[in-house]
Order: sequence, then C-alpha cells, then structure tokens
Amino acid sequence: MAKLILSMDGLVLKELPLAKERTTIGRKPHNDIQIDNLAISGEHAVIVTILNDSFLEDMNSTNGTYVNGQPIKKHFLQNNDVVELGKYRLKYINETPTVAQSPDFEKTMVLRPDMMRKAPTDAPPAPAPARSQTDTQTGFRPGQSMPAGSSLGGSGLPPPPPPLAPPPPAASANQVGAIQILNGANAGRELELTKTLTTLGKPGLQVAVITRRPQGYFITHVEGANMPIVNGRQLDAQAHPLEDHDVIEIAGVKMEFFIKR
Amino acid sequence: MTWDLGQALQMVSRTHSGMVRTHNEDAVFAQPGVGLAILADGMGGYNAGEVASGMATAVIGAELAQGLQEAKHGVSQLLESVIGRANSAIYQAAESQPQYSGMGTTLVMAVFRDNHISVAHIGDSRMYRLRDGAFECVTRDHSLLQEQIDSGMITEEDARRSQNKNLVTRALGVDPEVEPEIHTYEVVPGDVYLFCSDGLNDMVENDDIALTLQALSANLDLAAEQLVQMANDNGGRDNVSVILVRVLQAFPATERGLLARLLAWLK
Repeated sequence: MAKLILSMDGLVLKELPLAKERTTIGRKPHNDIQIDNLAISGEHAVIVTILNDSFLEDMNSTNGTYVNGQPIKKHFLQNNDVVELGKYRLKYINETPTVAQSPDFEKTMVLRPDMMRKAPTDAPPAPAPARSQTDTQTGFRPGQSMPAGSSLGGSGLPPPPPPLAPPPPAASANQVGAIQILNGANAGRELELTKTLTTLGKPGLQVAVITRRPQGYFITHVEGANMPIVNGRQLDAQAHPLEDHDVIEIAGVKMEFFIKR
Repeated sequence: MTWDLGQALQMVSRTHSGMVRTHNEDAVFAQPGVGLAILADGMGGYNAGEVASGMATAVIGAELAQGLQEAKHGVSQLLESVIGRANSAIYQAAESQPQYSGMGTTLVMAVFRDNHISVAHIGDSRMYRLRDGAFECVTRDHSLLQEQIDSGMITEEDARRSQNKNLVTRALGVDPEVEPEIHTYEVVPGDVYLFCSDGLNDMVENDDIALTLQALSANLDLAAEQLVQMANDNGGRDNVSVILVRVLQAFPATERGLLARLLAWLK
C-alpha cells in the first residue's frame, strides 16, 4: 500500500498509510491528516487513491500545494514525489512490484461493477487530454528471424530510450546507421536511419524497407517484381541483416549502408 | 444474393505468445470472403483464458457466417445477439466447470457490409483505422484507465505511468449479460484497419504503429509481421495479436452497385 512520510525540517514526524479512497489534509481537526499550523488551510488538499494509483489535489488552499518544488492544482503521484505544504513535507512512497519481477502483474483482469462504485465520480472534467502516445519500452531480445518491415522518410527523432524492465540492450541498439546514395541525381545524399522503419524505392515499382531493431538493421523486400540486391546478390523474401559498408541496389539506385556512430 | 467480399478485402492475421508468457491466450479469426474479423484476448487461470477467447472467436465466427447469409436482421442487431450467445456459452462453461471459473475475454470485431464497417468491442482490445495517411483509434477501451482519462482525473500522458493498467471494466463471459459497444462507419477504398490486443499498443508507440501501416500497407503480411516483431523487440511482455484488413475496392450491396463496380473496373 502506498504511504506518506510526514516530515518537517528534515525530521520525520510520522508515517501515514493511504488506506482510504479519500485522504484529506488540512489544519482543521476533521481532516484525516491534520497539520496544526497557520500556513496550512483548513481544508488544504486531498489525496484520492484508486487501487494502486494516487492523485493529489489542492483544495484552493491559501498558500498552495507543491510537488517536487512545482505548484500544482492536481497531480498524479509517482513514487518518491515530495509534497510540500508550508514547512511540511510529505514524501509519497508507492513500491509496487515491478513488471520485471512478476510478468503476471500485467495480466488483464476484469474490474467488477461493485469495485467501480467505490471510485469517486466527483472529478471535474479536464481540458482535452493530449494526443495519446501509447506506452513503449525499447528492449533487447535477440533471436526472432522474422522479416523486418519499414518506410522512407526524411529525418526523425530516434526512438525513445528504454526505461523500465528488460535487460540492457545489445550494443547495436545504440548504433545509428545511415545510407548514402552512390549514383543518379541524388548521388552523395545521405539519409540517417533513426526511425524504426525507413522505406526505399518507388511505390508501385520496387520498395524495400530497412528496419531498425535492437540487434541491428535489416532490409526486407516490400513490393515490386524485383528483390533488392545487396553486395551484388539478390535477396529472397526474408529479412536480411545489414553489415557496415553493404551496398544496396533498389530500382536501379545504388546506396551504401554504414554505421554512423 | 450471396456475399463474397474476397475481391474487396484483403485480411491477414498474426498471433504470438510474446517474449515472456508461455501461453497464448489471444485468439484471432479472419475471413475476407464473408467480411469478418474477430480478435479476443482471454483472461483466467491455467488455460482458461485460451478457452474463453477460443470460444468467443469460434462461436461468433460460426454464428455470424450463418446469420449473415440469412440476413434477417440488420448487422448490429445480429452482432448483438451473436455476441450475447457467445457470452452465455462462456459464462455457462465458467459456471459449470471449476477449472474455468472466472474466465472471460475481451473482444474486438467487425463485419464489412455494403461499404460499411460495423465494429463491436468489449474491453481493451482495439481497432485503429488508417485513412489517407491519418491514423486513429476508432474504439475506446472499456478500462479503468480510459474512464479516468474521460473523467479528467488523469491525462493520457499520465496514463502511461499508471499502475492500474490492464483493468477492464467490461468483458465477455464474466456476467450473465454483456453490453457490447457497436458502431457503424462508412468504408473508403484504400482504408487499412488494424485490430489488436493490448500486447501491441502497450508495447509499441502509436507513432510506430502508424508508420508501419503507412509504409507497409502494400505488403500486409509484412506489416503484420513487423507489428508483432516490434512488440517483441520492445520486451513482448504480453501476447500480441493483430488482424489487418485492407479495403481494395468498394463493396456496395445492390446489383446496381455490382454494375457500377464493373464499370469502374472497365474504366
């Protein structure tokens, strides 16, 4: 269960488990956490806890509620967050088992209606949330000889670095590859392969894709009657791992693949 | 008239147990000829999850293929009754056999008919659509997290860090009755539809899913392989399943439509 550690001037005063769905904080005695100090409003803040998540909300207090030094109105508490009210500090501790330790933790479960009724419904509607970016981690994992897929494009940001669980990524995961065009009108042009997929060629004629994976770069045929040629040899339908200085030929255009850094 | 959408729709499916789980509790069913795609992500101990998702795809697949031929009712009524029967079948199995107690499954499925798609879903399995390069999630999860987002408690940004992932508020087979969410949308040739279990969207960013579909829709098999591979490259913590449907041409219901199609083809 999540808990708060109340301290002032570096001195720990007490530990407060977040056992209730609504934990109120304020100067007045009816609060779950009473802090009898004039800098604290009568009803200062509230913490709503739903299963493993806790949300802190400032109740329009006079002196405000701060989390990690920033004033907040509403905040989704994360492990080790420090909540400041006047001179008092509340450290939020929520040590749930990490995914790495128990894969079953992520198993989907049904939340029954009787559980739902306990959830508070008084939360005011918030401004339209930012566009969804589904959670991702980049990991490792060798093996798997599935064909890689991919798209041509200009530059792009490199994939986000891997936080969380899995073992350290293979060395190649940090490498950035690039291709340089060797002939034709665009000769000399260079393209960094920072995206997970980059397609090359002409749609409808011949397209291949270079995929960026934890274990390196792979090239795969996408469409067209002709397969890509690497170092003079025509590929089959399988993904083909790319080595530094491989020469690729697609739709008559030759290009060199190389590891940039 | 008998339906054959095999000319109008291309479908591929992939399902993989992922890098961590030993069982695959997902089930997929795709029949381009009848215009039917079904994906279920089962839950429950031992092999009960597989049983639930397998029952869902089998019961719904068989009954719908039958019901669509008869075409007595509109598609959404038909979907509702067939999903209701699958729910009863799973619920009764769970009630009568202790090893299946508490099993259930999510569901996302679609019927393609007359230039329209009717999508039904329960739980957190999703359907996305790529149209003219724009990629969007069509279904809205029945999950605690989505309810928290809707109520403004938590932003979508925060949702990624939530500890309350994977809590669905609706599932097939866990109660005597279930209420599927059903919507019908127009279909445009060139559309690509993606049905997936949460093993995909929890492991792969939306942008990467979108990029894959944009780049590889000419080779649907490769696109499906790539999606599964990205989920596994990123850790593969859950079973991952995808069905991809590409709309090759219009599929109107009437004879006139057939003629129009023929004329369009002659042009």
